[in-house]
Amino acid sequence: MASNLAGLGVSSGAIVGDITAFGELRRRLMDLGFTPGAAVRCLFAAPSGDPRAYMIRDSVIALRGSDASLVTLAG
Amino acid sequence: MGLTLRSVGRGAAADEKSGPRADLSVALAGNPNVGKSTVFNALTGLRQHTGNWSGKTVVTARGYYDYNGRTVAVTDIPGAYSMRAGSAEEEAARDYIAFGGADLTVVVCDAGALERNLNLALQILELTPNVILAVNLMDEAKKRGISVDTGGLSRALGVPVIPMAARRGRGVEELRAAIDGFEPRPFAYTVRYGESLEHAAAGLELTLENVLDGRLGARYAALRLLENDPKTLESVNSHLGFDLAAHPRVSPALDRARAELADAGVRDVPGLLISGLYSAAASVRARCVTGGSGYGEGQLKLDRFLTRRSTGIPVMLLLLALIFFITVKGANAPSDWLYALFERIGALLSRGLSALGLPGPVHDALIFGVWRVLSYVVSVMLPPMAIFFPMFTLLEDLGYLPRVAFNLDSGFRKAGACGKQCLTMAMGFGCNAAGVVGCRIIDSKRERLIAVLTNSLVPCNGRFPILIALITMFLVTGSGLGSSLLASLALTAFILLGVGMTLLISRILSRTVLKGQASSPTLELPPFRRPKIGEVVVRSLFDRTLFVLGRAAAVAAPAGLLIWLAANLRVGDTTALAAVTGALDPVGRFLGLDGVILTAFILGLPANETVIPIIIMAYAASGSFQGYENLDSLRALLTQNGWTAVTAVCTAVFTVLHWPCTTTLLTVKKETGSLKWTALAALIPTLAGAILCALIARIF
Repeated sequence: MASNLAGLGVSSGAIVGDITAFGELRRRLMDLGFTPGAAVRCLFAAPSGDPRAYMIRDSVIALRGSDASLVTLAG
Repeated sequence: MGLTLRSVGRGAAADEKSGPRADLSVALAGNPNVGKSTVFNALTGLRQHTGNWSGKTVVTARGYYDYNGRTVAVTDIPGAYSMRAGSAEEEAARDYIAFGGADLTVVVCDAGALERNLNLALQILELTPNVILAVNLMDEAKKRGISVDTGGLSRALGVPVIPMAARRGRGVEELRAAIDGFEPRPFAYTVRYGESLEHAAAGLELTLENVLDGRLGARYAALRLLENDPKTLESVNSHLGFDLAAHPRVSPALDRARAELADAGVRDVPGLLISGLYSAAASVRARCVTGGSGYGEGQLKLDRFLTRRSTGIPVMLLLLALIFFITVKGANAPSDWLYALFERIGALLSRGLSALGLPGPVHDALIFGVWRVLSYVVSVMLPPMAIFFPMFTLLEDLGYLPRVAFNLDSGFRKAGACGKQCLTMAMGFGCNAAGVVGCRIIDSKRERLIAVLTNSLVPCNGRFPILIALITMFLVTGSGLGSSLLASLALTAFILLGVGMTLLISRILSRTVLKGQASSPTLELPPFRRPKIGEVVVRSLFDRTLFVLGRAAAVAAPAGLLIWLAANLRVGDTTALAAVTGALDPVGRFLGLDGVILTAFILGLPANETVIPIIIMAYAASGSFQGYENLDSLRALLTQNGWTAVTAVCTAVFTVLHWPCTTTLLTVKKETGSLKWTALAALIPTLAGAILCALIARIF
């Protein structure tokens, strides 16, 4: 089981645990719906493997790996 | 591309004081990409370009309509995910709703992503109870198996809810009626944030109610004070005219509330607030929305195809080449036809002018100066633009551009820039001035400057026809299918040169004058939408093609006159133009060009469209050139004046890489507020072009 969003494989789903980012990025991630308990699924990756696209609260949001690693997963 | 009169013209920022007197003022808010601008257009009938990518509305637009004998003013404010200001756009959105003085706020939501949209709506309800919820894209959601119970939503939130499919015009009349019949409300749905926070906020609210005296909601102010976001508080303070947290009665109450929260073990108030908003949004959604996720298998397959390692980049390049192929191939015949038409009209005009008994030089200046330049600009520019713009708009409406930004993000990341720069670069294909304004969608100031400084490295529509003409005259001759294919590949190569230079120069900038860490962009990939072909064609023709053409023609006519005079009026034994081109000749030759070409680029500063006609006129004045019915005679003229394939390549490279036009430079000045950055925006592409051209001229 991946411990953060960056480790979540394409086509896998998980539940958001916590946001370990600070400041502006934390605020933005949470505004987009990455809040504790939210269901998230990794849909596809860019040709270089980074960024990846995630389904969060019925929207598709692309995150760079360095930012996705700041979203921990529950369980 | 956002290329409209409003986005690049004088009215780039809506003026509160201009326009008719309104009886009712409505703010239009919403997440990015929920069709807010479509609702705006549908309400006001004003033309405003709406594209399918996040953060499209970079200027506050204003429109009016009359309903039931009243004039209603609608302000389209920038799309935002939150009322807590992050980007400059979100700050503008928040300040307008909080302090802009609108009577009523319409929150436009995407029926397919209601939960995230409700997060914003609930935040706005904290600011004002005077809200109408417009649930847009109902048709699209229905297609994906989602149904929204708007009646239930209205009961849950305590505000009117209007179902809409604004692109099909559905719900527009209902929204107008709801706006007209709206009665200010005392209160609406309130999000509860848990016992500890509510208790601390309640004490603070009592004090604030006395201090604020209705100038701002006490609950809103209490939550903002506890949240303690400096940017938001700054706006609150500047609206009130004093420092709220330092107010003698507020300060002790705030200290008490904070101590209470600390005792209860609450450390992360902002986190608690967003989590609370989202749980409320999720519970409202659970009650009012049936059906699964809005993202179907078909969408997923298409997205994977467009972004996979093996297909993502090739498909992107093929699409680009295909668009150019259709443009090059399709523009040929209409160009010739238009030119012939202009020649015939020119002949009639010429006869008319002679019949009027005008002196010879005046006749020549009007026909060979003004008319010839004008007819060149129209016949060479109009067909490619009329073909290229609708196709590009189609891709934009489909939602393909954010996928391109997604695919190219790693390239921009390595260059220390933001993936969204890809979107502003794409806007630059239409008009660099619009691209520079578009850079406002980039949150990080450093990365925004990189995007502004490199925008003119991709050729705008004024420069495309120059490239097409150069390629078809010197690099790929012939008119068969194969030649058109090769020509479009050559054009793609010049575009890739621009894109490559954008990445290279972004990288250099982020390691030198604009040092810094890459920021963390979050890019929304909106669902693919089937574009309405008829609307796309009409909109891109009127909003873009004719507007750009009009601007070019307005510059071309006086430029034609001036240049004809400079090329034909003799001063001593030479002409003014010959003197200038002669002086610039050594520099031009060093760059693989000549004095005439360099002069044409300098005189083309107000509009690049005039570069080729200036070259023609300068050569024609000194030679035996009679007319330029088609590209063949033009090629003959250029060859007579020493042009080779190398000259054409150098001219094409210099077309892509040289100083931006005056409109773009003025826009850079306005956006950066700095002469230094404006100078750099001119210097960078010029230097890159000069180095590259000199190298090409030395090697070949």
